[in-house]
Parts: sequence; structure tokens; C-alpha cells
Amino acid sequence: MGGINNRTLLIAAIMIGLGLIFTVKLFILQVHDPTYKFSAVSNTRRQVTQYPSRGLVYDRNGKLLVSNQAVYDVMVVPRDIVPFDSIDFCESLDLSIEQLRERFVQMRKDIRSRKISTYKPSVFLKQLSAEQYGEFQEKLYKFKGFFVQGRTLRKYEYPSAAHVLGYVGEISEGQLKKDAYYSQGDYVGISGIEQTYEQELRGKKGVKYMLVDVHGREKGAFRGGEHDTAAIAGKNITLSLDIELQQYGELLMQNKIGSIVAVEPSSGEILALVSAPNYDPSLLIGRDRSKNFPVLLTDSLKPLLNRAIQSAYPPGSTFKTINALIGLQEGTLKPYTTHECFMGYFARGLSVGCHLHDSPLNLAQSIQCSCNAYYCYELRNILDNPKYENIQESFNVWKDYLVKLGFGYRLGSDFKNEVRGFVPNADYFDKVYKKSWSSLTVISLSIGQGELLTTPLQMANMGAMIANRGHFLTPHIIKDIEDGEIDDRFTEKHETGIDIQHFAPIVNGMEMAVWGGAGSTARIAQVPGISICGKTGTAQNPHGDDHSIFMAFAPKDNPKIAIAVYVENGGFGARWGAPIASLMVEKYLTDSISTPYRQWIEKRMLEGDLINAEQKLQ
Amino acid sequence: MPNRSYNKSIDWITVGLYSLLVIFGWLNIYAANFNPENPVFFDTSKEYFKQLVWIGFSLLFVGMILITDSKFYVEFAYIFYGFTILLLVVVLLFGKEINGAKSWFEIGPIRFQPAELSKVATNLAVARALSRYGFSFKKFTDLVKASAVVLFPMLLILLQNDTGSALVYFVFIIVFYREGLTGYILTFGLIAGIVTTLTLLIPNSTILGLIALSIIGILYFKGVRKDLFKAVLIGGAILGASYAVYEYTNSTIDLEYVLIPAILFVSIYLLSISISKRIHKFVPTYLLILWSAIILALSADYFFEDVLSHYQRTRINVLLGIEEDPLGAGYNVNQSKIAIGSGGLTGKGYLQGTQTKFNFVPEQSTDFIYCTVGEEWGFMGSTAVVLLFLALLLRLLYLSDKQHSTFSRVYGYGVAAIFFFHFAINIGMTIGLAPVIGIPLPFFSYGGSSLWGFTLLLFVFLKLDTNRNELIR
Ligand SMILES: [Zn+2]
Repeated sequence: MGGINNRTLLIAAIMIGLGLIFTVKLFILQVHDPTYKFSAVSNTRRQVTQYPSRGLVYDRNGKLLVSNQAVYDVMVVPRDIVPFDSIDFCESLDLSIEQLRERFVQMRKDIRSRKISTYKPSVFLKQLSAEQYGEFQEKLYKFKGFFVQGRTLRKYEYPSAAHVLGYVGEISEGQLKKDAYYSQGDYVGISGIEQTYEQELRGKKGVKYMLVDVHGREKGAFRGGEHDTAAIAGKNITLSLDIELQQYGELLMQNKIGSIVAVEPSSGEILALVSAPNYDPSLLIGRDRSKNFPVLLTDSLKPLLNRAIQSAYPPGSTFKTINALIGLQEGTLKPYTTHECFMGYFARGLSVGCHLHDSPLNLAQSIQCSCNAYYCYELRNILDNPKYENIQESFNVWKDYLVKLGFGYRLGSDFKNEVRGFVPNADYFDKVYKKSWSSLTVISLSIGQGELLTTPLQMANMGAMIANRGHFLTPHIIKDIEDGEIDDRFTEKHETGIDIQHFAPIVNGMEMAVWGGAGSTARIAQVPGISICGKTGTAQNPHGDDHSIFMAFAPKDNPKIAIAVYVENGGFGARWGAPIASLMVEKYLTDSISTPYRQWIEKRMLEGDLINAEQKLQ
Repeated sequence: MPNRSYNKSIDWITVGLYSLLVIFGWLNIYAANFNPENPVFFDTSKEYFKQLVWIGFSLLFVGMILITDSKFYVEFAYIFYGFTILLLVVVLLFGKEINGAKSWFEIGPIRFQPAELSKVATNLAVARALSRYGFSFKKFTDLVKASAVVLFPMLLILLQNDTGSALVYFVFIIVFYREGLTGYILTFGLIAGIVTTLTLLIPNSTILGLIALSIIGILYFKGVRKDLFKAVLIGGAILGASYAVYEYTNSTIDLEYVLIPAILFVSIYLLSISISKRIHKFVPTYLLILWSAIILALSADYFFEDVLSHYQRTRINVLLGIEEDPLGAGYNVNQSKIAIGSGGLTGKGYLQGTQTKFNFVPEQSTDFIYCTVGEEWGFMGSTAVVLLFLALLLRLLYLSDKQHSTFSRVYGYGVAAIFFFHFAINIGMTIGLAPVIGIPLPFFSYGGSSLWGFTLLLFVFLKLDTNRNELIR
């Protein structure tokens, strides 16, 4: 036993010796030598977000609609700020001392409410001009804790299609909490396709780490850039929109309120989506947005409202085509069914007026002349069908047809703020009329009035469905995504449950409405050489003049375009709706307006002023 | 034997030191991953949470080790060793490459590094080999066998491109020394280290000259006077002649080769006198040292330029102060020193560090975990860790000496030596005293494999220690 082995002692001595060396070195590093303490203070890593450029947007003919432009933001890392010459600071950024003070108060508030971090950069001042950027960049060394970060804003190549394109803005707090990808101050698509295709357009942010010294100067890449990630640019997308048609539509709708929706029936692709009044999308870029947005928001004509998808109106007489189709499918109506009309429909103390036309009429003629009485008989035959036990059952059958035909629910286009319109069901009337109601109670539904609401998009889809003789594809504006595929729901055919043979009399009636003789309601829509089929409508409006409606498609065989036009307070469908729709069709199919007569109509439409005229009247 | 309690209880002092290190280690892993922006604890993807799981498993292993009979470790030492060698070969063939080293098995979510297990197995095998009856380092075959046990796994790990883990095996020289290997080898190793370092700092010719002069000086003080005088005189003449030729011919060979003929002549002259006159019997030994140093100095350059990768070369150059590269190879150490230095005397306070967060220091919860200690706990905390490790090492040496059976003693030294190597290199690296070799700090660094490896290593010894008075066969 005895003492410890000599060699063990030597080994122990080596270990103790190293322990001593470590202790001495640690003492020098941590206590004796102050250099490292200073290094730590001056040794800061700056995280610079690399913003990807947002994807570009093209129209169906490859015309560039939306691109990007560079701007510069002043960023701040609050923890790194040291007192600086505020006058110099303000001068180089064109700020007043008060504005600067305000910014600081706001910054402290944001820190306290944990909106921004003291460690990480956040935006101090947005979007410098190029000169400001140059001047400030030179003086940057004087302002510790500040630096300039480049980023991109949207640039709109046309002053059109604002509602379709939507706009990009700073992310809201609610959204920030939902998606970890974003951080405070990021830009995100807020409406239109910018919102719908945000995932595709935004790309992927990268990050670059820089080492900066005491004076905020960059000393080089942090760890040779091994932690850096490059930004990945957003995907470019192509819309089905035809920008020329869109611009023409906006021109036709100037000084009017309403909308135009044009769809390619075979694909469901939206060719034009006009909401009037509109605005220049460039108004909502970057810093200008905070100035212009409130103006647009408080405008009594609501230019920010996308009427094509957000406004629901009664469909009016265009809806007669739908009631006819349901009747044919149900067997309560035959193409040869005739009804008489003496200026209206009269039953048990109720009357629905009609205008002067030949009588009796068959189905096609009823559409050609838009006879109200015909459809009163027709709807009653559907609802009073002895096949069904009671009005509730038959009414719900009728309602189910409408749902399958694309009414009452959102169509599911690529606009998130699309509204669903309204189709009542039996319960609805049970509540209103305490269960005592009949086909006569709801008779105004036969002519598209009463408790029915459709959006212009649904109306255009209805035109496409008739053009396709019984099916439709969900209307959509996306045509192609770079390295991606558009949603399956846009290529899926929706069958409506109406057999194809029932469409012939309807289509013939619509053709005659444009091309027929006396009594045809839409002869103004005649375009030489184009077999346009259409149906006028007039929606009663309790708040003022009726809305002028036109739903059409062309050509009759192998249709290329289906269109719906709504002109608020425009009166009869033939007055504004039909000429505007026909001009759009002509423009799209032939690229020009052909005859002097057509040009005269075009001039009248362009000059038509329903907004200022109304003001004059008052 | 006066005390024949075969089942002595486990050494609670060591268990206490182990627990302190593991707990303090975990606190620092938590700090290194702590995000002051978003302080969450329960996040299974975070390293500190996973480490807690690894610690839990470690406790399970400790329990399993303690209920296993000590004889098992002796019995199965070679089988375990063989199995580990097999694993090392398999990982070389089918392993997953992480950070350039093909040293990991990946089975689903579990990653495992056989090199960690190999330390335990090699240590067991070394203990078994050295405790064989009649084993002696004086026998050449025994020396070769013992060395082979160590070098075999080392070579395999080197092939995996995991230089750091391979270097650990050098430390068995301490065990060999304790068990009777001649001190010359240890001294030789030390000299080799010094010479190699010097060759990178100063020209070879100067080193050769210095070595020659110091040997001449030693011989002079050892009493070799007259013969030495003659030898040096003639040697000087030869040197003059070679130098003249070198200058005259505008030769492009390195200057150190000009020294060789003179040194060669002096060596042969002194050797012949020593043998023929049978005086100065120590002369051959010194000449051997002289020539070893010369060969080493000449080969070190070759090794440095042709064997080491550019990356390793830069790291060594930075350490030696030849290259300044604060953003490249020197970056890690520079940042690590700044982090530790910024801690001051008492540190910035737990979770208050700024340098060891946001990835300033790379690998901050694995190889550079000591930075977090330095920054947040200051000089007090970092010295405390050094003291804790020293206490553990000395306790292990003390316990090893108390072992009755050679197997347990050798194994104990192995444990101490391995811990010592990791402690020396890891802390040395973070404070700029050792080159950047990526090996973990025992019980501190994040990682299941290493924690389990070290726990296994330690507790097998503590189990053996409970039978310290027995001869375990
Ligand atoms: Zn009529």
C-alpha cells in the first residue's frame, strides 16, 4: 500500500499544471486585459434581410402588367443607438425635429408593446428618395444603430385593372401572428391577385449577416457568409385577363357605376373584370398609399369596392332563361308551350305588368320579347307540379337547380372577397309568411326580381353556362404560374343537371332577342357578322332608377366570349347594358369597331355620364 | 487484507462531481439556445430539451451498468472491442457524413457516433491487455501488442476523417507511462511536439543549428571536452567548405542541408570514439536524440505542407500567430475569446449573454459551450469549471491507485487520461491555447452520443471501483 506512485504524482502534476495555465489565461482574458470587453461591445452582427423581388404579372397576351421598383428604408436597431446630431439627421432625411421626435416616441411605444425588438432591425423611416438615400448613406457613420435597406415596391404598367390586381401593403398584426414567415414591416398582398397568389408571388426572403464595428460600418460577412441565405425571387404569373379589353371596358364604363365581367366559356378564364368607378393602381404604392387610401375609402362612389364580385343585384329578366331551363328539365315546359299575354299577368288580385308584343308566344319568342306573363305561368307550373307534395318541396327542388347552376354560393374564383349572392329556400318563406305561402306569393322570382341576388360574376358565368349548353368551369383569372400549376378546381367541369337538348330554344330565343324583328329587346346589340346571343334585364332598384343589365355570349356556335354588364341606375337593359356588352364583344372578337353606326354607339357610350348627370338633376 | 468488504459502495464524491458537471452543462446549453425574444421552455425541437432526454437515458445506462457484475467487463472486454471495431468499419462503409466526417449512424431520428463507444471499448481492451499475467513494456512484443490495441481504432477513425476523435487515442501514452513504459518516450514525445511547433515558426536551418549546438553544450557539460573540441573544429571546417560550395554553385537546395555533412561528421567521430575508447557511454543516446530531432524537423515541413489540408494548416497557422484571419479560420477562436473575455470577473449573469447568442460563436452548444460559461458566469464560473474537472481527474487518479486489480487500475487511468485530453483540448481551444479541434467538453457539450460515451466510461470504472479490493478476473 503506502504512498502514491511517483508516476501518478507526475501525471497529477501535469494535470494541475494545465489547470493553473488555464486559470492564468482566463484571468488575463477576463479580468486583466480589457481589450476583449471592448471588442464585445463593438462586435455586433447585423442581420440584413434580403428581400426577394416579387413575381411579375402578365396578361393573357404576355403583356407585362406589374413589375417592381427599388426603394430604400432607414432601419434601426434600437439597442445600438447612441446620442447623435439630430439636426444633421433631420436635414439629410428632410424631416422636422418634431417628426423625428414623434418617430422616437412611436419607436419606444412599439418596443414596450413588443411590436419591435431592441435587438433586431426594424423600419424607422420608409422609402427614401434616391437623393435622400445617397446623402444619408454618406453620413451613416455618424448615426450608430441606423442603416439603410433596399427593398422593392410594385410598379403598375397600366393605370387599369386595379380591382383585379389588388395592392400590396405592410402586413397587419393579425396576419403577422398567423404566419411565422413574415416579420414586422414586411409587405404582403392585401387584395386582388396580390392577395390570392401571395404564396407564389412573394418568393422567399434571404438573410445576410454582416459584422459591424463601433461606428456601424460593415466589416465584412459574418463567418464568411456561411449562414447567409440568398433570397429566392417570386414566381411570375400570367393572368387570363386581356389588358386591352380591360382598358376598353373601363373606358366604356367611365362616368358610370357598375361592372363588366367577360369570361371565355370553354375555359372559365376571365377576360375582363371591370368595376366602375375604378382608380389607378399606382395610387396605392408605398408611401403614397397612406395618403390616397383614405381618400378612396371615403369617396361616396366607393371606388375601392369591386362591384363585379362584391355587389349583388337582382338578375332581372336575364333570369328568365334559367327559369325556362328548369321548366324544360322538369318537363313542365315544352319548347312549343304557348301562353297569351295581354300586357301582363293577372291572378287573384295580383298583377305583373308586361309590355306590348305579339301574343300568344312560344318559348323562344318569350325570351326574344322578354314576356313577363309567360314566366309567371311558367314558374307556377314548376312550383305547383303535382309531382311534389307541397310548395316547400317543389320550391326546394327549384332552389337546388339554382345552386347547381352557380347561384347562391360563391363560385370559388380566385378572388377571396367574392360574395355569394342570395337564393332563398322554402324555410326562408316559411319564416316570412308563417308557412302560408304559395307559388303566387313568390311570383316575382319568375322574372328575376324579389328575393334573388346575383353578382355580375355569377351573371357572366350564367352566360358561359348557356354558351356551353349546360356546364361551366369555375371562373378564374389565373392562367399560368411559373414552375407551378393552377388549382385543380379551375379545370374541373361543373355539370348543371340540365340536359343539352333543352338549350336550343333558349339560345334561339337569345339570338332572336338581338337579331329578331319587331318586339326583339336587344337589337342595339347587333354586331355585323357576329352571331351574338343576348338577354336584356332591368333590375328594380328601391333606391333609385333601375339597373340596366345585359347578359350575352358570342358567337352562337363555338362561343368565344360570355359577358355580363351591369350599369347602375341605367334604366332598361337595352339602354346601356346591351350596347356596352356588344361593343366589348366586337372589340374582343374583331379588335375594332366596324361600321359608322357602331362607332356612333361607341361614342354615345363613352360620352354617357350617369354620375354627373344625376348630380345635375338634383 | 484488513478490510475485506467486497461490495464497497459507489464513490459518491465522483458521482457528485459528475452530477454537478452535467447539471451545470445543461444550464449552459439552455443559455446558449435561449432566445430572449421568445423565451419558451417546452419545445421538443430545441437542443436543451433533447439534452434533457439524453440525460434521462444516461441515468438509465448508469443503472444498467451498476447492476452488471464487474467480472462481465473483464470477460467481455475483447468481445466488446471487436464489436466496436466492426461498427467502425461498417460506419466507414455505410455511415452518414456530417460536417465532412463519415462517422455517424442514422437510424430514423436517432444519430449515433460509434467513435464515442470505441473510447470505452478501447479502454477496456487496453486494461485487459496490460493486466495480462507477465505483461511488461520491456518486452518488445508486448509494447507492440498494447500499441496495436490503441492504434487500430485510431486509424479507422482517422479514415472517417474525424481527426479530432482520432487524436484522443494518443492520450493512452499516459496510461502506458503509468504502467511502466519508459519515460524517454514521453520525453521524446514532448521534444517532438516542441520541435514540430518550432519548425513552423523559424527556419529549419536555425533549428538544426540550435539542436546541434544544444547537444554539443550538453556533451560539453557532461565532460566530453578534448574529443568534442577536435570534432567541432573539423566539423566547422567541413561546414565552411559546404557553405562555400553552396554559395559558389548558386545551389537552390534548402540551407539546412548545408549543415548536414558537418553534423554527420561530428556524430560519426564522437560515436567511434565512444565505442572504441569505451568512454562517454551516454553519447550514443544523445546522438540518437539529435538525429531524431533532425529527421523530425525535416519531415515536419513535409507533413505540414503535404499531409494536412489547407483548412487544418490555416487553423494551426492562426493559432501560432503566423496568419491573422479574424473572419476566417481565426474567427471561431476570436469570437470565443471575445465572448469569454466579455464575461469579466463575475460574468453578465445567467441568460444575459449577448455574444453566445445569435450564433456569434459557432457550435456554441457543442464544441464552444465553454464560451457561454465564460460570458455569463465570468472568471468565477470558468475557473469553477476548471476546478471541477481537476477535482474529477485527481479523484480518478486517486481511486485508480487504490485498485487491487491491474485491470481496474489501468481502466481508471484510461478514463482519467481521456477526460484530461478532452478537457485540455476543448478548453484550450476556446481560450486560444490549443488548435481548433472539434472535440466535446465531457458532460457539458450538447449531444447524446458524447454524453452517453463519457457516462459509460466513468460509471464502468465506478462499478469496478466497488470491487476495488477484489482481484477481478
Ligand atoms: Zn308579355
